[in-house]
Amino acid sequence: MNPSPDVASIAARVQAYFAGRVAAAHAAPPGEIHFDAPLALVAGFSGHLYKKWNARLVSVFADDVRAQTRAFHLYYVFALDALGVFCVLRAPVPGDKLEFPSLANAIPAVDWQEREIQDWFGLKLVGHPNPRRCALHDHWPDVHPLRKDFDLRAPLPPFSGESHKFREVEGEGVFQVPVGPVHAGVIEPGHFLFSVAGEPVLYLQLRLFYTHKATEKLFEAMPVTHGVRLAESISGDSSFAHATAFCHAIERAAGVEPPPRARALRAVCLELERVYNHIADIGAIATDVGFAVANMLAMRLKEKVLRTNEQLTGNRLLRGMARLGGVGLDWDAARTSALSSLLAELPPEFESLVDMIENSSSTQDRLQRTGILTPAVARDLGIVGIAGRASGFCHDLRGNFSGRLYERAPFRVPVYQAGDVKHRMQVRVDEVRQSFSIIRHFMDDLPEGAIRAEIGGLPADRTALGWVEGWRGEIFHWVRTAPGNRLARCKIKDPSLQNWPALSHAIPGNIIPDFPVINKSFNLSYSGNDR
Amino acid sequence: MFEILRKSLKTGIVTERYPQTPPQISPLARGRPEIDFGNWKDARPAAAVCPTGAIAYSDQGGERATTFDLGKCIFCGLCAEADPAIRVTNRCELAATRKTALQFSATYKLLPDGSHERLLSAPSPAPSSRVPRSPDPAVENLGRKIRRRATDIFGRSLHIREVDAGSCNGCEIEIVGLTGPVYDIERFGIHFVASPRHADMLLVTGPVTRNMELALRKTYDAMPAPRLVVAVGACGCSGGIFGTNYATRGGVDQVLPVDVYIPGCPPNPHALLHGILLAMGRRRLSLIPQSDNLII
Repeated sequence: MNPSPDVASIAARVQAYFAGRVAAAHAAPPGEIHFDAPLALVAGFSGHLYKKWNARLVSVFADDVRAQTRAFHLYYVFALDALGVFCVLRAPVPGDKLEFPSLANAIPAVDWQEREIQDWFGLKLVGHPNPRRCALHDHWPDVHPLRKDFDLRAPLPPFSGESHKFREVEGEGVFQVPVGPVHAGVIEPGHFLFSVAGEPVLYLQLRLFYTHKATEKLFEAMPVTHGVRLAESISGDSSFAHATAFCHAIERAAGVEPPPRARALRAVCLELERVYNHIADIGAIATDVGFAVANMLAMRLKEKVLRTNEQLTGNRLLRGMARLGGVGLDWDAARTSALSSLLAELPPEFESLVDMIENSSSTQDRLQRTGILTPAVARDLGIVGIAGRASGFCHDLRGNFSGRLYERAPFRVPVYQAGDVKHRMQVRVDEVRQSFSIIRHFMDDLPEGAIRAEIGGLPADRTALGWVEGWRGEIFHWVRTAPGNRLARCKIKDPSLQNWPALSHAIPGNIIPDFPVINKSFNLSYSGNDR
Repeated sequence: MFEILRKSLKTGIVTERYPQTPPQISPLARGRPEIDFGNWKDARPAAAVCPTGAIAYSDQGGERATTFDLGKCIFCGLCAEADPAIRVTNRCELAATRKTALQFSATYKLLPDGSHERLLSAPSPAPSSRVPRSPDPAVENLGRKIRRRATDIFGRSLHIREVDAGSCNGCEIEIVGLTGPVYDIERFGIHFVASPRHADMLLVTGPVTRNMELALRKTYDAMPAPRLVVAVGACGCSGGIFGTNYATRGGVDQVLPVDVYIPGCPPNPHALLHGILLAMGRRRLSLIPQSDNLII
């Protein structure tokens, strides 16, 4: 695996800038550049990459390697969007000084991720603006579950009471409205505390991680083949995207590429997942402003896609289709014709759904200028995916980072600046239309041949990043392999973890009755966030 | 407005007639795996590929005890790829009122090469290995009576409070589907309600995370009696692929008394309707006649 000239020259230029204090590691998977630097240089390195290379910090996480090196490793993953390259910086935290400097003041996008490291690994954050517990709730005992000496199955003592203190919001006529974790509708659990004065919301505090179920630690306790099934359960609405991102990481660690037919089938399944979720969201946005008829139509269309999914993959949520090295099953003529009839029926019905919503002036009135996330705030928080693109973020991993998954697919990233509910819906409408043509593109010219490449034995102690542009936004899985086809660490980054803080900025000024539709227009995953 | 009416009339009724008609499920869908216990030669390959331990075995004294737990199964179909004695069917109506009715076990004579032969004990729902909740028969009897009375009361209309106790949101996708035009759960007089105070049934998904345990208990406590609890999906039935760990309790019945278990990952809408109607006493336990269920 020779690094492309681009990668080599970027590595050399960054190294030259830091005059030997940053080392470029060898044997990185293609498209990744690995650097080693001391902890003190992390802030300077990040600043350089942001300013000179227009980079984005997309994932920050830790790894307990005390058994091998007496230190923890921190990893900082930067996306160089224009170049289609990821830079991965590794910095050791010595075992006798368990603290690390926060970047959150300069890069607010890493706020929650840094606190997660503090909670899960017991590394103290220095200089963080709000270093309170985040991923483990306040009443948890003093444990650090992602350390290697913590047992996955360790029974913890009963928790005593709720001890989280929300920030106080005071003033004449200000009162608090707590909502959750059990909500009124059939949705996932999370707690929202609104501070309101009259109708408008002044301040919104979020408390999540109610669905934390030890997912990252579980990956360390099972063979990688089982890991694919676990990845399907990170966020059920993104089953295929997460499982494919996981497979991508393992394949890159093993140096294996899926055959062309498998890549095409993967792309089609990813688009099917996008289509059914976007249609469901468009309907749910309509229903949250009282337009139930549109939602009924949307649910009927979604059901059509789910039934086609069942025919194509044996499961309505596309589960079981993702496999290491390719996909789970091949599509015969019966299956491809089921997909063709969906592609014939669905687009006109979808257009009538869009017409119905666009022609309803009372619906439009509720959607326009509601829940605005300004491009400036979105950029600071590193907001990605649908919500990012409605607020000026112009990237999509299907573009420069597609590898050979989406090559030649007809595709254009929809970008808007308004950042309101209407435009978050508009991004979905545009993307569904494009998904139809992407699926047609692949099905018209489906490559022949095998659907899986053999992974064989997975080499130990390799690291690799896997990624997928899921329907909600970019998904990253980072793995470090262990002997015996197992993993020593699997870091999962769902776009929800990046995007949840945006809600606190989009709500103030709006009224509580608009919260459901604003929340739905982001439609973030609680499970993907909490893991 | 006129356009909407025109479209609705043109579309017509799309609602299914289930349970009067069989579930509309693709023959290619993966439902209940069936093990040909009589001809099962080796439990090891299927157990090795099963990601949740739904297929498991233990060897002792020259015998091999095998178990198959539908409550843990995520219907991935990997076992059927690994073992010719296992076949995946598209059957989805799998709900049961007892967890043990989802568990099957068979014992074999162990061979020197590690495979097994000759069924020693007929495959049957596994004997309950768990200590019953109330060992006093009088209390048990009373409990049965209350339950019968409850199903009489709920037979006509039912209000459901759904609680996600840590699911991946896969089950929620299918539960929300019940309220759509195709499954239309309201035709049974069943409504999803916002408050547990209005609810007769608690529909619970997820392995019950430590962080949701208290909220789940409080929701249950807020419901008026009599009340029903339905555990949804592999996670709700058993903890599923997450099992029991530092952050999860390993299933709804670790925290609340469960009336009906609905296997699936996620259960499709037909499976959910079947389980909910079963809990209401409006559907007979389709506990799968043994001969059909287990090929001997």
